Amino acid sequence: MHLEFTPEEQDFRAVVREFIDGNLPAEVAARVNARKPLGKDDFARWQKILHGRGWGVPTWPREFGGAGWTPIQQFIFEEESADAGAPMQLPFGPKMVGPVIIAFGNEFQRKRFLPGIASGEDWWCQGFSEPGAGSDLASLKMRAERVPGPDGGHYLVNGQKTWTTYAHYADWIFCLVRTRSDGRPQEGISFLLVDMKTPGVSVRPIVMLDGGHEINEVWFENVEVPMRNLVGDENRGWTYAKFLLDQERTDIARVGRSKAALKQLKGIARRELDGGRPLIENQRFRDRIAQVELELIALEITNLRALSTMAKKREPGPEPSLLKLKGSEIEQMLSELMMQALGHRSIPRGEGSGNYFNCRKTSIYGGSNEIQKNIISRMILGL
Amino acid sequence: MNFDYEEAQLALQETLRRFIGREYGFEKRRTYIASADGFSRDVWSKFADLGILAMPCPSHLGGIGGTAVDTMLVMEILGRGLVVEPYLTTVVLCGGLIRDAGSDSQQGALLPLIAEGDLLMALGHHEPGTRYELNHVATRARPASDGYVIDGAKSVVLGGDTADKLIVSARTSGDVRDVLGLSLFIVDATAPGVRVVGYPTQDGRRAADIDLAEVRVGADALVGQRDRALPIIERAIDHSIAALCAEAVGIMSALNEATLEYLKVRTQFGQPIGSFQALQHRMVDMVVATEQARSMATLAAVRADSHDSAERRFALSAAKAYVGQAARRVGQEAVQLHGGMGVVDEFSVSHHFKRLTMINATFGDADHHLGYVSERLLAV
Repeated sequence: MHLEFTPEEQDFRAVVREFIDGNLPAEVAARVNARKPLGKDDFARWQKILHGRGWGVPTWPREFGGAGWTPIQQFIFEEESADAGAPMQLPFGPKMVGPVIIAFGNEFQRKRFLPGIASGEDWWCQGFSEPGAGSDLASLKMRAERVPGPDGGHYLVNGQKTWTTYAHYADWIFCLVRTRSDGRPQEGISFLLVDMKTPGVSVRPIVMLDGGHEINEVWFENVEVPMRNLVGDENRGWTYAKFLLDQERTDIARVGRSKAALKQLKGIARRELDGGRPLIENQRFRDRIAQVELELIALEITNLRALSTMAKKREPGPEPSLLKLKGSEIEQMLSELMMQALGHRSIPRGEGSGNYFNCRKTSIYGGSNEIQKNIISRMILGL
Repeated sequence: MNFDYEEAQLALQETLRRFIGREYGFEKRRTYIASADGFSRDVWSKFADLGILAMPCPSHLGGIGGTAVDTMLVMEILGRGLVVEPYLTTVVLCGGLIRDAGSDSQQGALLPLIAEGDLLMALGHHEPGTRYELNHVATRARPASDGYVIDGAKSVVLGGDTADKLIVSARTSGDVRDVLGLSLFIVDATAPGVRVVGYPTQDGRRAADIDLAEVRVGADALVGQRDRALPIIERAIDHSIAALCAEAVGIMSALNEATLEYLKVRTQFGQPIGSFQALQHRMVDMVVATEQARSMATLAAVRADSHDSAERRFALSAAKAYVGQAARRVGQEAVQLHGGMGVVDEFSVSHHFKRLTMINATFGDADHHLGYVSERLLAV
């Protein structure tokens, strides 16, 4: 038993660090480090640069453009990216629909969609949640009715998706739709790919509490979707969705991002003054930083243990739930301490506290922390 | 021991509650915030009609001569309605300060105007590079032929963008962090040398950073005794802290009601989410925290008027610390229990949460005041 990275992994880290140092645009890093909202261009630019290096979709199979990275290498890459202020890769294409198409899609879909995901030229968003289907996703209602026709026919899609991140930038949306209403809800769901430019698709922004625009409602009114955009078999979409949610969980705890945030927090605490002395000399505040640092140290090791297990077992377990739960709590605490460090300068808009407000979403999205506890209760405790 | 309110207090609170219910719906509030002033002058003048701007004005000047308990009742309603009009800064903070420390002439000149809704005031005390300690003032006032000349900078002056007059703290002697040597001056916001840069705050209100460059004021601008302003500032801020505690309790009550309603109405997995015991317990925790906070706000209001400044200081710090912690918990839980609805601008929950968060950052956060209580333990 030892906790060190292997010499190969350390070499890999050095290669990654050198590449990022040499290629990450400074103005993009500045925005990431200042926790300012990123534009479409920020994400797309970086994805294109990574793709040029063959790192656009590094954990995909090599035949589809992957780099054959191990989960540990992916972890190292994410940590170095966070430390340098590289934008986080949006998961919808590379980590969600991409793996689903690889595993369950047909030849046409792989050829048509995978290259655009890898290069970042095609921007994807996730059509899962609905106003009435949040934690209870299987109760989703957006329906897709088969309409026969000369080309094999099409689906007619009607309904609404919500909380759709960056739908306003997206070229494509992958959706869970209801193709059957009798029987168990989970057995009537299909996985459908929809071009955002299809007539009948409309996007309405949802402004978040920090005033920013990341999420949207997406409305579907008599949207015609070709049959060839169905992934896998009709009514098997729930299985594909579960597969999707189990993929690519190496960064679910966001350890690298939180380590970078902790570094920033310490810098702020050294800079801010309290009674003429640096705030970091205030024991109460310093103890709070120390407490979250303990949590983060523990989380990193739990994450690495989980990666080792996942690499061996290849079976989904309760680890992602624990990682998401603790990871989101730590992210939130760091954002709160950063706000607290500003004292009364946390009051003006446009300065530090917006990030605290934005981070309230981390315990709600991606399967709320309450749901994660239910999963842990079921899978670890058997309750 | 008597925790009952008087008839007149309850009547005023009820009248105000009905007014807010009618004139201060969530969408109306948005329009007030979006206006040029960032609040409604019309609502302000209705506040004058209701008499609540006359709270600190003594009865011999035509006012109500109210206590901090009267203020508490008003603030709870203003909290529930997320009212953004500058009641705290003009009436409680500045009005209270002038009532407690102003000369007869200053009281006569300012308090009736405040009561009529014709004068807005803000306190310029905090400075860039300071945290929550009140004695840290680098702004200086040097004596001049017929008064003083003030130079310095004030940071995050609540209500500073629309104030007609400012009460500014400046050092007339001593070093930057000395407890002695502070003085207070009434300064016209439009006086030469005063530069006000206003901006919105996280909670839908406004504040300003204010520069003072060779600002000349007369001798009659001095409030209270020269060099001895710190106790006056502490007392005025303690009154404001009591008011903020009451406002926070109002907000927490509103959040609890909204969250309970949501738990009953939102269904997932075929049942209202309020049927899940885990969520019931968390809702209970919110209610218990709010009741405790209400007790502390009551203590704060009763002690704010105390003539024993050590007793007052302890009670007010205890209340601010406790209410800050309770408000954090209730605010975060309300957002979380609302799921996605809790983090969008469209619904009021996040606005309640942001105001609670900003209350905590005002006049010392929970940790700051916990520190004060903790220090006092050493002295006993």
